[in-house]
Amino acid sequence: MRDDDKKIEISNLRVTYGEKEALKGISLDVYENEILSIIGPAQSGKTTLLKVINRTIDLVPDAKVQGTAKVDGENVRDVKSVYQLRRKIGMVFPLPVGLPLSIYDNVAFAPRAAGIRNRKDLDAIVEHCLQQAALWDEVKDRLDSLGTRLSGGQQQRLTIARALSHQPEILCLDEFSIAVDPVTTMRIEDVLKELRSQVTIILVTNLVQQARRLADRTAFLLNGELIEIDINEVIFSDSPANQMTYDYVSGTFG
Amino acid sequence: MTGKQETVSLFKPKLGGADTGLQKELATGNESFFTTTPFDRKKRLTEIVAKSVLLLMTLLMVIPLILIVCYLLYKAFPVLSLDFLFTNPTRGMRAGGIWAALLGTMYLVVISLLVSAPIGVLAAIYLSEYAGDNWLTRIINLAVVNLAGVPSIVHALFGVGAFVLFARMGRSILAASLTLAIMTLPVIIAATNEALRAVPMAFREACWNVGATRWQTIRSIVLPNSISGILTGIILQVSRAAGETAPIMFTGAVFYKAISEGDPFAYGLFDQCMALSMHLFTISTQVPGVPEAVPYGTAVVLLGTVLLVNMLAIVLRMYLRSRKKW
Repeated sequence: MRDDDKKIEISNLRVTYGEKEALKGISLDVYENEILSIIGPAQSGKTTLLKVINRTIDLVPDAKVQGTAKVDGENVRDVKSVYQLRRKIGMVFPLPVGLPLSIYDNVAFAPRAAGIRNRKDLDAIVEHCLQQAALWDEVKDRLDSLGTRLSGGQQQRLTIARALSHQPEILCLDEFSIAVDPVTTMRIEDVLKELRSQVTIILVTNLVQQARRLADRTAFLLNGELIEIDINEVIFSDSPANQMTYDYVSGTFG
Repeated sequence: MTGKQETVSLFKPKLGGADTGLQKELATGNESFFTTTPFDRKKRLTEIVAKSVLLLMTLLMVIPLILIVCYLLYKAFPVLSLDFLFTNPTRGMRAGGIWAALLGTMYLVVISLLVSAPIGVLAAIYLSEYAGDNWLTRIINLAVVNLAGVPSIVHALFGVGAFVLFARMGRSILAASLTLAIMTLPVIIAATNEALRAVPMAFREACWNVGATRWQTIRSIVLPNSISGILTGIILQVSRAAGETAPIMFTGAVFYKAISEGDPFAYGLFDQCMALSMHLFTISTQVPGVPEAVPYGTAVVLLGTVLLVNMLAIVLRMYLRSRKKW
Protein backbone atom coordinates (compact mmCIF):
# COMPACT_ATOMS: atom_id res chain seq x y z
CA MET A 1 0.00 0.00 0.00
CA ARG A 2 1.52 3.21 -1.19
CA ASP A 3 0.99 6.74 0.00
CA ASP A 4 -0.82 7.85 -3.15
CA ASP A 5 -3.44 5.18 -2.50
CA LYS A 6 -4.60 7.03 0.54
CA LYS A 7 -8.33 7.69 0.31
CA ILE A 8 -8.74 9.19 3.74
CA GLU A 9 -6.05 10.71 5.91
CA ILE A 10 -6.80 11.59 9.47
CA SER A 11 -4.19 13.29 11.56
CA ASN A 12 -4.29 14.34 15.16
CA LEU A 13 -8.07 14.47 15.19
CA ARG A 14 -9.57 15.76 18.41
CA VAL A 15 -13.32 16.08 18.92
CA THR A 16 -15.07 17.38 22.01
CA TYR A 17 -18.75 17.57 22.84
CA GLY A 18 -18.82 20.39 25.36
CA GLU A 19 -16.68 19.13 28.24
CA LYS A 20 -16.56 15.57 27.01
CA GLU A 21 -13.66 14.47 24.83
CA ALA A 22 -14.84 11.94 22.26
CA LEU A 23 -11.65 11.61 20.22
CA LYS A 24 -8.32 12.39 21.81
CA GLY A 25 -6.07 13.09 18.89
CA ILE A 26 -6.05 10.08 16.62
CA SER A 27 -4.26 9.60 13.31
CA LEU A 28 -4.99 6.93 10.75
CA ASP A 29 -5.16 6.43 7.00
CA VAL A 30 -7.62 4.50 4.92
CA TYR A 31 -6.40 3.13 1.59
CA GLU A 32 -8.33 2.91 -1.61
CA ASN A 33 -10.51 -0.19 -2.05
CA GLU A 34 -9.74 -1.72 1.29
CA ILE A 35 -12.09 -2.71 4.07
CA LEU A 36 -10.93 -1.08 7.27
CA SER A 37 -12.78 -2.20 10.32
CA ILE A 38 -12.88 -0.16 13.48
CA ILE A 39 -13.54 -2.05 16.66
CA GLY A 40 -13.83 -0.95 20.25
CA PRO A 41 -16.35 -0.78 23.05
CA ALA A 42 -19.14 1.79 23.23
CA GLN A 43 -18.13 5.41 23.84
CA SER A 44 -14.77 4.92 22.17
CA GLY A 45 -15.45 7.51 19.46
CA LYS A 46 -16.10 5.27 16.48
CA THR A 47 -19.29 6.97 15.33
CA THR A 48 -17.80 10.41 15.94
CA LEU A 49 -14.98 9.53 13.54
CA LEU A 50 -17.47 8.73 10.77
CA LYS A 51 -19.37 11.94 11.43
CA VAL A 52 -16.20 13.96 11.04
CA ILE A 53 -15.48 12.36 7.68
CA ASN A 54 -18.82 13.31 6.11
CA ARG A 55 -19.07 16.47 8.19
CA THR A 56 -22.42 15.66 9.72
CA ILE A 57 -20.55 16.58 12.91
CA ASP A 58 -21.40 20.16 11.89
CA LEU A 59 -25.00 19.40 12.70
CA VAL A 60 -24.26 18.31 16.25
CA PRO A 61 -24.61 21.27 18.58
CA ASP A 62 -21.48 22.12 20.62
CA ALA A 63 -19.22 19.63 18.86
CA LYS A 64 -15.70 20.97 18.39
CA VAL A 65 -13.26 19.51 15.88
CA GLN A 66 -9.49 20.01 15.88
CA GLY A 67 -6.89 18.39 13.65
CA THR A 68 -7.47 17.43 10.04
CA ALA A 69 -9.41 14.85 8.12
CA LYS A 70 -8.67 14.64 4.40
CA VAL A 71 -10.70 12.83 1.77
CA ASP A 72 -8.89 12.44 -1.57
CA GLY A 73 -6.22 14.77 -0.28
CA GLU A 74 -8.67 17.56 0.45
CA ASN A 75 -9.37 18.75 3.96
CA VAL A 76 -13.05 18.12 4.63
CA ARG A 77 -13.34 21.46 6.34
CA ASP A 78 -12.22 23.29 3.19
CA VAL A 79 -14.36 21.47 0.62
CA LYS A 80 -16.29 23.76 -1.69
CA SER A 81 -19.56 21.89 -1.34
CA VAL A 82 -20.31 19.85 1.75
CA TYR A 83 -23.16 18.20 -0.17
CA GLN A 84 -20.72 16.96 -2.78
CA LEU A 85 -18.52 15.59 -0.02
CA ARG A 86 -21.46 13.77 1.52
CA ARG A 87 -22.41 12.32 -1.84
CA LYS A 88 -18.92 10.89 -2.08
CA ILE A 89 -19.54 8.98 1.13
CA GLY A 90 -22.29 6.46 1.79
CA MET A 91 -23.40 6.15 5.42
CA VAL A 92 -25.23 3.30 7.08
CA PHE A 93 -26.15 3.66 10.73
CA PRO A 94 -27.00 1.05 13.39
CA LEU A 95 -30.76 1.40 13.29
CA PRO A 96 -32.26 1.13 9.83
CA VAL A 97 -34.03 4.29 8.78
CA GLY A 98 -36.55 3.76 6.03
CA LEU A 99 -37.65 7.20 4.98
CA PRO A 100 -41.44 7.56 4.99
CA LEU A 101 -41.50 7.20 1.22
CA SER A 102 -42.01 4.34 -1.20
CA ILE A 103 -39.19 1.85 -1.66
CA TYR A 104 -38.47 3.38 -5.04
CA ASP A 105 -38.38 6.93 -3.67
CA ASN A 106 -36.17 5.86 -0.79
CA VAL A 107 -33.46 4.82 -3.21
CA ALA A 108 -34.17 7.58 -5.73
CA PHE A 109 -34.02 10.23 -3.01
CA ALA A 110 -30.31 10.97 -3.21
CA PRO A 111 -30.08 10.99 -7.02
CA ARG A 112 -33.07 13.32 -7.13
CA ALA A 113 -31.47 15.57 -4.52
CA ALA A 114 -28.42 15.62 -6.78
CA GLY A 115 -30.57 16.79 -9.69
CA ILE A 116 -31.27 13.62 -11.67
CA ARG A 117 -34.84 13.88 -12.96
CA ASN A 118 -34.91 11.50 -15.92
CA ARG A 119 -37.16 8.57 -15.05
CA LYS A 120 -35.11 6.06 -17.02
CA ASP A 121 -31.87 6.98 -15.27
CA LEU A 122 -33.62 6.80 -11.91
CA ASP A 123 -35.09 3.38 -12.74
CA ALA A 124 -31.65 2.10 -13.62
CA ILE A 125 -30.08 3.46 -10.44
CA VAL A 126 -32.85 2.06 -8.23
CA GLU A 127 -32.61 -1.40 -9.74
CA HIS A 128 -28.81 -1.44 -9.64
CA CYS A 129 -28.60 -0.31 -6.01
CA LEU A 130 -31.30 -2.65 -4.78
CA GLN A 131 -29.51 -5.48 -6.50
CA GLN A 132 -26.21 -4.48 -4.95
CA ALA A 133 -27.89 -4.48 -1.55
CA ALA A 134 -29.38 -7.95 -2.18
CA LEU A 135 -32.91 -6.64 -1.84
CA TRP A 136 -34.09 -6.43 -5.45
CA ASP A 137 -35.61 -9.90 -5.70
CA GLU A 138 -37.69 -9.38 -2.58
CA VAL A 139 -39.13 -6.00 -3.47
CA LYS A 140 -39.08 -5.70 -7.26
CA ASP A 141 -42.84 -6.31 -7.46
CA ARG A 142 -43.77 -3.72 -4.84
CA LEU A 143 -41.48 -0.78 -5.36
CA ASP A 144 -44.42 1.53 -4.71
CA SER A 145 -45.12 0.24 -1.22
CA LEU A 146 -43.75 1.99 1.81
CA GLY A 147 -40.12 1.58 2.79
CA THR A 148 -41.10 1.82 6.44
CA ARG A 149 -43.30 -1.28 6.15
CA LEU A 150 -40.37 -3.55 5.35
CA SER A 151 -38.94 -5.81 8.04
CA GLY A 152 -35.93 -4.60 10.02
CA GLY A 153 -33.42 -6.59 7.97
CA GLN A 154 -34.98 -5.46 4.71
CA GLN A 155 -34.98 -1.85 5.88
CA GLN A 156 -31.30 -2.09 6.70
CA ARG A 157 -30.60 -3.36 3.19
CA LEU A 158 -32.78 -0.55 1.88
CA THR A 159 -30.61 1.85 3.86
CA ILE A 160 -27.55 0.33 2.24
CA ALA A 161 -29.16 0.65 -1.19
CA ARG A 162 -29.80 4.31 -0.40
CA ALA A 163 -26.23 4.78 0.75
CA LEU A 164 -25.08 3.36 -2.59
CA SER A 165 -27.57 5.34 -4.66
CA HIS A 166 -25.38 8.39 -4.99
CA GLN A 167 -22.49 6.25 -6.19
CA PRO A 168 -20.18 6.92 -3.27
CA GLU A 169 -16.48 6.21 -3.39
CA ILE A 170 -16.43 5.49 0.32
CA LEU A 171 -18.95 3.41 2.22
CA CYS A 172 -19.11 3.79 6.00
CA LEU A 173 -21.10 1.24 7.95
CA ASP A 174 -21.71 1.87 11.63
CA GLU A 175 -22.63 -1.37 13.39
CA PHE A 176 -25.03 -2.21 10.59
CA SER A 177 -25.83 -5.66 11.96
CA ILE A 178 -27.30 -4.59 15.32
CA ALA A 179 -30.90 -4.68 14.13
CA VAL A 180 -30.42 -7.47 11.61
CA ASP A 181 -30.71 -11.23 11.95
CA PRO A 182 -27.59 -13.38 11.41
CA VAL A 183 -28.68 -14.69 8.02
CA THR A 184 -29.27 -11.19 6.66
CA THR A 185 -25.98 -10.12 8.22
CA MET A 186 -24.20 -12.81 6.23
CA ARG A 187 -25.95 -11.68 3.04
CA ILE A 188 -24.90 -8.09 3.64
CA GLU A 189 -21.36 -9.22 4.37
CA ASP A 190 -21.31 -11.00 1.01
CA VAL A 191 -22.49 -7.79 -0.58
CA LEU A 192 -19.64 -5.89 1.07
CA LYS A 193 -17.08 -8.38 -0.18
CA GLU A 194 -18.33 -7.77 -3.71
CA LEU A 195 -18.33 -4.02 -3.29
CA ARG A 196 -14.73 -4.02 -2.16
CA SER A 197 -13.50 -3.81 -5.73
CA GLN A 198 -15.46 -0.58 -6.34
CA VAL A 199 -15.48 1.34 -3.08
CA THR A 200 -13.46 1.91 0.02
CA ILE A 201 -15.26 0.55 3.04
CA ILE A 202 -15.01 1.61 6.66
CA LEU A 203 -16.74 -0.89 8.88
CA VAL A 204 -17.40 0.12 12.46
CA THR A 205 -18.42 -2.96 14.33
CA ASN A 206 -18.97 -4.39 17.77
CA LEU A 207 -18.51 -7.88 16.47
CA VAL A 208 -14.85 -8.76 16.61
CA GLN A 209 -15.45 -11.82 14.47
CA GLN A 210 -17.09 -9.69 11.80
CA ALA A 211 -14.02 -7.50 11.60
CA ARG A 212 -11.91 -10.65 11.34
CA ARG A 213 -14.07 -12.11 8.56
CA LEU A 214 -14.34 -9.03 6.41
CA ALA A 215 -11.59 -6.53 6.91
CA ASP A 216 -8.16 -6.13 5.40
CA ARG A 217 -7.04 -4.02 8.30
CA THR A 218 -8.47 -3.34 11.72
CA ALA A 219 -8.18 -0.39 14.04
CA PHE A 220 -8.82 -0.72 17.75
CA LEU A 221 -10.24 2.35 19.45
CA LEU A 222 -10.60 2.71 23.21
CA ASN A 223 -11.93 5.76 25.04
CA GLY A 224 -11.20 8.05 22.12
CA GLU A 225 -7.67 6.84 21.61
CA LEU A 226 -6.30 4.71 18.80
CA ILE A 227 -4.69 1.75 20.51
CA GLU A 228 -3.52 -0.03 17.39
CA ILE A 229 -4.09 -0.23 13.67
CA ASP A 230 -2.63 -2.98 11.52
CA ILE A 231 -3.44 -5.65 8.98
CA ASN A 232 -5.79 -8.34 10.24
CA GLU A 233 -3.05 -10.96 10.25
CA VAL A 234 -1.30 -9.00 12.97
CA ILE A 235 -4.30 -7.77 14.96
CA PHE A 236 -5.85 -11.20 15.20
CA SER A 237 -2.57 -13.01 15.73
CA ASP A 238 -1.18 -14.09 19.09
CA SER A 239 1.11 -11.11 19.17
CA PRO A 240 -0.41 -7.76 18.22
CA ALA A 241 1.70 -4.81 19.21
CA ASN A 242 -0.47 -3.92 22.15
CA GLN A 243 -1.54 -6.28 24.91
CA MET A 244 -4.94 -4.55 25.21
CA THR A 245 -5.69 -5.34 21.57
CA TYR A 246 -4.95 -8.99 22.22
CA ASP A 247 -7.18 -8.98 25.30
CA TYR A 248 -10.02 -7.32 23.42
CA VAL A 249 -10.03 -9.48 20.31
CA SER A 250 -9.51 -12.67 22.24
CA GLY A 251 -12.37 -11.81 24.55
CA THR A 252 -10.44 -11.54 27.81
CA PHE A 253 -11.52 -7.95 28.17
CA GLY A 254 -14.41 -5.85 26.99
CA MET B 1 -63.09 -16.65 40.86
CA THR B 2 -64.75 -19.03 38.43
CA GLY B 3 -62.28 -17.81 35.87
CA LYS B 4 -59.48 -19.22 37.93
CA GLN B 5 -61.14 -22.62 38.16
CA GLU B 6 -61.60 -22.75 34.42
CA THR B 7 -58.07 -21.73 33.59
CA VAL B 8 -56.60 -24.30 35.88
CA SER B 9 -58.77 -27.05 34.49
CA LEU B 10 -57.87 -25.96 31.04
CA PHE B 11 -54.17 -26.13 31.63
CA LYS B 12 -53.84 -29.11 33.89
CA PRO B 13 -54.72 -31.87 31.44
CA LYS B 14 -52.10 -30.63 29.01
CA LEU B 15 -49.44 -30.69 31.65
CA GLY B 16 -50.61 -33.98 33.15
CA GLY B 17 -48.12 -36.82 33.04
CA ALA B 18 -45.27 -34.38 33.05
CA ASP B 19 -41.89 -36.00 32.62
CA THR B 20 -39.34 -33.30 32.03
CA GLY B 21 -38.19 -30.94 34.73
CA LEU B 22 -39.70 -27.92 33.06
CA GLN B 23 -43.10 -29.49 32.68
CA LYS B 24 -43.04 -30.65 36.29
CA GLU B 25 -42.24 -27.18 37.42
CA LEU B 26 -45.08 -25.76 35.36
CA ALA B 27 -47.46 -28.41 36.62
CA THR B 28 -46.70 -27.73 40.26
CA GLY B 29 -46.08 -24.02 39.89
CA ASN B 30 -49.29 -23.20 38.13
CA GLU B 31 -51.30 -23.06 41.36
CA SER B 32 -49.56 -19.88 42.46
CA PHE B 33 -49.71 -18.67 38.89
CA PHE B 34 -53.47 -18.39 38.87
CA THR B 35 -54.37 -17.60 42.48
CA THR B 36 -55.08 -13.99 43.41
CA THR B 37 -52.87 -12.31 45.95
CA PRO B 38 -54.03 -9.35 48.08
CA PHE B 39 -51.93 -7.16 45.84
CA ASP B 40 -53.90 -8.33 42.79
CA ARG B 41 -57.18 -7.48 44.50
CA LYS B 42 -55.89 -4.05 45.43
CA LYS B 43 -54.76 -3.49 41.85
CA ARG B 44 -58.18 -4.40 40.53
CA LEU B 45 -59.92 -2.09 43.01
CA THR B 46 -57.63 0.81 42.05
CA GLU B 47 -58.38 0.13 38.41
CA ILE B 48 -62.13 0.32 39.02
CA VAL B 49 -61.82 3.53 41.03
CA ALA B 50 -59.58 5.18 38.42
CA LYS B 51 -61.91 4.27 35.59
CA SER B 52 -65.00 5.51 37.44
CA VAL B 53 -63.43 8.84 38.33
CA LEU B 54 -62.29 9.42 34.76
CA LEU B 55 -65.72 8.49 33.40
CA LEU B 56 -67.44 10.80 35.91
CA MET B 57 -65.23 13.72 34.84
CA THR B 58 -65.96 13.01 31.20
CA LEU B 59 -69.70 13.12 31.89
CA LEU B 60 -69.29 16.32 33.89
CA MET B 61 -67.70 17.83 30.81
CA VAL B 62 -70.06 16.40 28.19
CA ILE B 63 -73.44 17.03 29.83
CA PRO B 64 -73.18 20.84 30.14
CA LEU B 65 -71.89 20.95 26.59
CA ILE B 66 -74.91 19.10 25.25
CA LEU B 67 -77.23 21.20 27.42
CA ILE B 68 -75.75 24.44 26.09
CA VAL B 69 -76.15 23.42 22.48
CA CYS B 70 -79.69 22.15 22.98
CA TYR B 71 -80.69 25.27 24.90
CA LEU B 72 -79.25 27.54 22.22
CA LEU B 73 -80.99 25.65 19.43
CA TYR B 74 -84.29 25.67 21.32
CA LYS B 75 -84.18 29.40 22.00
CA ALA B 76 -82.97 30.25 18.51
CA PHE B 77 -85.47 28.07 16.69
CA PRO B 78 -88.03 30.83 15.88
CA VAL B 79 -85.53 32.90 13.87
CA LEU B 80 -83.39 30.24 12.24
CA SER B 81 -83.86 30.37 8.47
CA LEU B 82 -81.87 31.13 5.33
CA ASP B 83 -83.34 34.62 5.39
CA PHE B 84 -81.81 35.15 8.81
CA LEU B 85 -78.38 34.44 7.31
CA PHE B 86 -78.73 36.57 4.20
CA THR B 87 -80.52 39.75 5.28
CA ASN B 88 -79.25 42.77 7.15
CA PRO B 89 -80.49 43.62 10.63
CA THR B 90 -83.48 45.98 10.54
CA ARG B 91 -85.43 48.16 12.97
CA GLY B 92 -82.40 49.06 15.08
CA MET B 93 -81.21 45.43 15.03
CA ARG B 94 -84.45 44.26 16.61
CA ALA B 95 -85.47 42.34 13.49
CA GLY B 96 -84.06 41.06 10.23
CA GLY B 97 -81.00 38.88 9.82
CA ILE B 98 -77.26 38.95 10.44
CA TRP B 99 -75.82 39.09 6.90
CA ALA B 100 -73.56 42.08 7.48
CA ALA B 101 -72.09 40.50 10.61
CA LEU B 102 -71.65 37.05 9.07
CA LEU B 103 -69.86 38.44 6.03
CA GLY B 104 -67.75 40.74 8.24
CA THR B 105 -66.56 37.82 10.34
CA MET B 106 -65.62 35.90 7.21
CA TYR B 107 -63.63 38.84 5.86
CA LEU B 108 -61.79 39.29 9.15
CA VAL B 109 -60.98 35.61 9.56
CA VAL B 110 -59.87 35.00 5.99
CA ILE B 111 -57.68 38.09 5.73
CA SER B 112 -56.09 37.59 9.14
CA LEU B 113 -55.35 33.99 8.21
CA LEU B 114 -53.83 34.96 4.86
CA VAL B 115 -51.38 37.07 6.83
CA SER B 116 -50.68 34.94 9.88
CA ALA B 117 -50.55 31.43 8.38
CA PRO B 118 -47.68 31.95 5.91
CA ILE B 119 -45.66 34.12 8.28
CA GLY B 120 -46.25 31.81 11.23
CA VAL B 121 -45.49 28.57 9.43
CA LEU B 122 -42.40 29.86 7.64
CA ALA B 123 -41.04 31.47 10.81
CA ALA B 124 -41.59 28.25 12.72
CA ILE B 125 -39.77 26.29 10.03
CA TYR B 126 -36.84 28.65 10.34
CA LEU B 127 -36.83 28.46 14.12
CA SER B 128 -37.01 24.70 14.33
CA GLU B 129 -35.07 23.60 11.24
CA TYR B 130 -32.44 26.26 10.62
CA ALA B 131 -31.81 28.37 13.71
CA GLY B 132 -29.23 27.00 16.10
CA ASP B 133 -29.95 26.43 19.74
CA ASN B 134 -28.54 29.56 21.38
CA TRP B 135 -29.72 32.16 23.85
CA LEU B 136 -31.27 34.32 21.15
CA THR B 137 -33.46 31.59 19.71
CA ARG B 138 -34.35 30.44 23.20
CA ILE B 139 -35.51 33.97 24.05
CA ILE B 140 -37.49 34.12 20.81
CA ASN B 141 -39.19 30.81 21.54
CA LEU B 142 -39.96 31.93 25.07
CA ALA B 143 -41.41 35.17 23.75
CA VAL B 144 -43.57 33.29 21.27
CA VAL B 145 -45.00 31.03 23.96
CA ASN B 146 -45.65 34.00 26.24
CA LEU B 147 -47.27 36.04 23.48
CA ALA B 148 -49.63 33.15 22.87
CA GLY B 149 -50.89 33.61 26.41
CA VAL B 150 -51.36 37.38 26.32
CA PRO B 151 -55.03 38.47 26.71
CA SER B 152 -56.62 39.56 23.44
CA ILE B 153 -57.35 43.06 24.73
CA VAL B 154 -53.60 43.67 24.83
CA HIS B 155 -53.35 42.73 21.17
CA ALA B 156 -56.26 45.11 20.57
CA LEU B 157 -54.39 48.01 22.12
CA PHE B 158 -51.35 47.19 20.03
CA GLY B 159 -53.57 47.05 16.94
CA VAL B 160 -54.96 50.51 17.67
CA GLY B 161 -51.49 51.95 18.12
CA ALA B 162 -49.75 50.20 15.26
CA PHE B 163 -52.34 49.79 12.52
CA VAL B 164 -55.16 52.26 13.17
CA LEU B 165 -53.02 55.22 14.21
CA PHE B 166 -49.39 54.71 13.21
CA ALA B 167 -49.95 53.01 9.86
CA ARG B 168 -52.97 55.27 9.28
CA MET B 169 -55.25 52.48 8.21
CA GLY B 170 -58.00 53.96 10.34
CA ARG B 171 -60.64 51.75 11.83
CA SER B 172 -60.99 49.28 8.98
CA ILE B 173 -61.28 45.63 8.06
CA LEU B 174 -57.57 45.64 7.24
CA ALA B 175 -56.54 47.00 10.64
CA ALA B 176 -58.84 44.59 12.46
CA SER B 177 -57.62 41.62 10.41
CA LEU B 178 -54.00 42.49 11.06
CA THR B 179 -54.72 42.74 14.77
CA LEU B 180 -56.31 39.30 14.68
CA ALA B 181 -53.30 38.05 12.73
CA ILE B 182 -50.94 39.35 15.41
CA MET B 183 -53.05 37.58 17.99
CA THR B 184 -53.08 34.21 16.21
CA LEU B 185 -49.46 34.30 15.02
CA PRO B 186 -47.75 33.04 18.20
CA VAL B 187 -50.09 30.08 18.53
CA ILE B 188 -49.57 29.14 14.90
CA ILE B 189 -45.81 29.32 15.39
CA ALA B 190 -45.98 27.20 18.54
CA ALA B 191 -48.28 24.61 16.94
CA THR B 192 -46.10 24.38 13.81
CA ASN B 193 -42.99 24.04 15.93
CA GLU B 194 -44.58 21.20 17.82
CA ALA B 195 -45.62 19.43 14.61
CA LEU B 196 -42.14 19.78 13.09
CA ARG B 197 -40.46 18.44 16.21
CA ALA B 198 -42.66 15.35 16.09
CA VAL B 199 -40.86 14.25 12.90
CA PRO B 200 -38.05 11.92 14.04
CA MET B 201 -34.55 13.38 13.83
CA ALA B 202 -33.35 10.14 12.22
CA PHE B 203 -35.26 11.00 9.04
CA ARG B 204 -33.45 14.31 8.72
CA GLU B 205 -30.07 12.74 9.41
CA ALA B 206 -30.70 10.06 6.81
CA CYS B 207 -31.39 12.79 4.25
CA TRP B 208 -28.38 14.90 5.19
CA ASN B 209 -26.16 11.83 4.99
CA VAL B 210 -26.93 11.33 1.32
CA GLY B 211 -26.11 14.94 0.51
CA ALA B 212 -29.55 16.53 0.64
CA THR B 213 -29.71 20.18 1.67
CA ARG B 214 -31.81 21.30 4.58
CA TRP B 215 -34.49 22.64 2.28
CA GLN B 216 -34.63 19.44 0.22
CA THR B 217 -35.04 17.55 3.47
CA ILE B 218 -37.77 19.88 4.72
CA ARG B 219 -39.69 19.81 1.48
CA SER B 220 -39.61 16.10 0.81
CA ILE B 221 -39.63 14.58 4.29
CA VAL B 222 -40.33 16.99 7.15
CA LEU B 223 -43.27 18.97 5.75
CA PRO B 224 -45.24 16.06 4.27
CA ASN B 225 -45.08 14.36 7.65
CA SER B 226 -46.01 17.35 9.77
CA ILE B 227 -48.54 19.11 7.54
CA SER B 228 -51.56 17.58 9.29
CA GLY B 229 -50.43 18.91 12.66
CA ILE B 230 -49.63 22.31 11.18
CA LEU B 231 -53.05 22.58 9.57
CA THR B 232 -54.77 21.60 12.77
CA GLY B 233 -52.99 24.42 14.55
CA ILE B 234 -53.94 26.93 11.88
CA ILE B 235 -57.58 25.96 11.67
CA LEU B 236 -58.05 26.04 15.43
CA GLN B 237 -56.88 29.64 15.24
CA VAL B 238 -59.62 30.34 12.71
CA SER B 239 -62.25 29.57 15.30
CA ARG B 240 -60.42 31.70 17.83
CA ALA B 241 -60.25 34.64 15.42
CA ALA B 242 -63.95 34.25 14.65
CA GLY B 243 -64.92 34.26 18.30
CA GLU B 244 -62.86 37.13 19.72
CA THR B 245 -64.49 40.52 20.25
CA ALA B 246 -61.84 42.60 21.97
CA PRO B 247 -59.23 42.80 19.16
CA ILE B 248 -61.74 44.02 16.57
CA MET B 249 -63.81 46.30 18.77
CA PHE B 250 -61.40 49.23 18.57
CA THR B 251 -59.79 48.45 15.25
CA GLY B 252 -62.54 48.02 12.71
CA ALA B 253 -65.78 46.47 13.87
CA VAL B 254 -68.86 48.66 14.20
CA PHE B 255 -72.24 48.31 15.86
CA TYR B 256 -74.24 48.66 12.70
CA LYS B 257 -73.57 48.90 8.99
CA ALA B 258 -75.91 48.05 6.19
CA ILE B 259 -74.40 46.33 3.14
CA SER B 260 -75.96 44.98 -0.01
CA GLU B 261 -77.64 41.73 0.86
CA GLY B 262 -76.32 38.49 -0.57
CA ASP B 263 -73.31 40.15 -2.23
CA PRO B 264 -70.12 38.46 -1.01
CA PHE B 265 -67.99 41.42 -2.13
CA ALA B 266 -69.98 44.01 -0.25
CA TYR B 267 -67.06 45.06 1.95
CA GLY B 268 -63.87 46.82 0.89
CA LEU B 269 -60.51 46.48 2.67
CA PHE B 270 -60.74 49.93 4.25
CA ASP B 271 -64.43 49.72 5.16
CA GLN B 272 -65.56 49.17 8.68
CA CYS B 273 -67.60 46.05 9.18
CA MET B 274 -69.93 44.24 11.50
CA ALA B 275 -68.85 40.96 13.06
CA LEU B 276 -70.77 38.08 14.64
CA SER B 277 -69.07 38.17 18.02
CA MET B 278 -69.44 41.94 18.33
CA HIS B 279 -73.03 41.84 17.04
CA LEU B 280 -73.91 39.28 19.67
CA PHE B 281 -72.44 41.49 22.37
CA THR B 282 -74.31 44.54 21.06
CA ILE B 283 -77.77 43.04 20.76
CA SER B 284 -77.58 41.23 24.07
CA THR B 285 -76.36 44.15 26.16
CA GLN B 286 -76.65 47.49 24.34
CA VAL B 287 -79.96 47.46 22.50
CA PRO B 288 -83.24 47.32 24.46
CA GLY B 289 -86.21 45.39 23.17
CA VAL B 290 -84.46 42.82 20.97
CA PRO B 291 -86.62 39.69 20.64
CA GLU B 292 -85.02 36.89 22.63
CA ALA B 293 -84.56 34.61 19.65
CA VAL B 294 -82.28 37.00 17.73
CA PRO B 295 -79.20 36.89 19.99
CA TYR B 296 -79.65 33.15 20.38
CA GLY B 297 -79.86 32.81 16.62
CA THR B 298 -76.67 34.82 16.26
CA ALA B 299 -74.96 32.61 18.83
CA VAL B 300 -76.03 29.49 16.97
CA VAL B 301 -74.63 30.85 13.70
CA LEU B 302 -71.35 31.74 15.41
CA LEU B 303 -71.20 28.32 17.01
CA GLY B 304 -72.10 26.70 13.70
CA THR B 305 -69.35 28.56 11.87
CA VAL B 306 -66.74 27.51 14.41
CA LEU B 307 -68.04 23.95 14.40
CA LEU B 308 -67.94 23.87 10.62
CA VAL B 309 -64.33 25.02 10.60
CA ASN B 310 -63.38 22.46 13.23
CA MET B 311 -65.09 19.72 11.28
CA LEU B 312 -63.10 20.82 8.27
CA ALA B 313 -59.95 20.55 10.37
CA ILE B 314 -60.84 17.05 11.51
CA VAL B 315 -61.65 15.83 8.00
CA LEU B 316 -58.49 17.39 6.57
CA ARG B 317 -56.39 15.91 9.33
CA MET B 318 -57.89 12.48 8.81
CA TYR B 319 -57.17 12.69 5.11
CA LEU B 320 -53.58 13.82 5.64
CA ARG B 321 -52.94 11.33 8.40
CA SER B 322 -54.03 8.51 6.15
CA ARG B 323 -51.22 9.56 3.85
CA LYS B 324 -48.68 9.83 6.65
CA LYS B 325 -46.13 7.13 6.15
CA TRP B 326 -45.01 6.03 9.59
